[in-house]
Amino acid sequence: MTPRQRRITLVVGILAGVSLAGVLALNAFRENVMFFFDPSQVAAGDAPIEKRFRLGGMVRPGTVDREAGSLDMSFVVTDFKHDVRVVYTGVVPDLFRENQGVVAHGRLGSNGVFVADEILAKHDENYMPPEVAKAIKEKHGGVMPVNPDIRAAPQTGT
Amino acid sequence: MNWTWFHRLGSPPHIYRIAGTLTPWFAWPAGLLIAAALYGGLVLAPPDYQQGEGFRILYVHAPSAWLAVMIYGVMASAAAVGLIWRMKVAHAVAASCAGVGAWFTAVSLLTGMLWGKPMWGTYWVWDPRLTAQLILLFLYLGYMGLRAGIDDLGRADKASAVLAIVGVVNIPIIRYSVEWWNSIHQAPSVMKMDRPSMPFDMLAPLLMMLLGFTLYFAAVMLVRLRAEILRRERTASWIREVLR
Repeated sequence: MTPRQRRITLVVGILAGVSLAGVLALNAFRENVMFFFDPSQVAAGDAPIEKRFRLGGMVRPGTVDREAGSLDMSFVVTDFKHDVRVVYTGVVPDLFRENQGVVAHGRLGSNGVFVADEILAKHDENYMPPEVAKAIKEKHGGVMPVNPDIRAAPQTGT
Repeated sequence: MNWTWFHRLGSPPHIYRIAGTLTPWFAWPAGLLIAAALYGGLVLAPPDYQQGEGFRILYVHAPSAWLAVMIYGVMASAAAVGLIWRMKVAHAVAASCAGVGAWFTAVSLLTGMLWGKPMWGTYWVWDPRLTAQLILLFLYLGYMGLRAGIDDLGRADKASAVLAIVGVVNIPIIRYSVEWWNSIHQAPSVMKMDRPSMPFDMLAPLLMMLLGFTLYFAAVMLVRLRAEILRRERTASWIREVLR
């Protein structure tokens, strides 16, 4: 082996070794790296239900219940396979709305209701002007589909 | 095969001259593109249906984040070339990348925090994507600190090159963090195999900004490369002729 080949081997070896270590470490800490658990993971018992954890999913339309005259509210988080009801007291972010992603931090009660003390909104990767969104909604009977096809809507002229 | 062109790339006076010639060819288009993209993104593009006008921070945030990752790739590749072929100019290129990359990383983190507060409801969470990007900033800072901490140039080059190569594992983690794990950060809108998840009049300024930032990086890197070469070669005779 020439010195140069030895140095190439060294660089490739460093990369391979560190990648392997990274894969092993990330696999070992999989549960801790996970930012939130979805309702299916909660139903399967994968979520750390004895501790505080984050629950994430979509807000099921028609389930948002606001107590008149207080900040108490409740809604259902769904991943379209399983549902978890969440209760929360406080102000929610502007992007909190039906059929949108949400991440709730709190504890699962023994009655299966998730008591949240922090609500974060999660938006998706789709960006579109309001007119396009309106056209897509009208096409789908007033509901924004999970994976809207932007091309299907009339383009706005600017 | 004729390798003269490759060996000339290792010659500091040659690179010093080329870098000086090329800089304006990157700097002027960069300035024009960034100005046009700012106008397109902040004035011409329509507001988003969910996020309203607030989504426009995307036009600085996303290109900064892409550049932060891309510059790390350039830096680590240059460091590997320097290590394998003992090419001092390659180490100088890697050293010139670090500062620019660190700034782009910081800008992506700061604009992300400003965006996260109104949209998600928080400045910062220990999410995989956010954490990996913060580690990228520390990798850049560590690389610069390591170089600054070793007096002997050859040893500084080697040690920092190894650090840069080790840090490459973080790059796929940043890119795929939103797919491997549940993350509060949305999935890629543009950097994916599928068609982009935004209409053309929103996308065009974004791509212009990306190209503008890339050219800006090239221009700044070349200026820094010239300074780095001058610093390294300060005792060489060709410097006296160049600076006369």
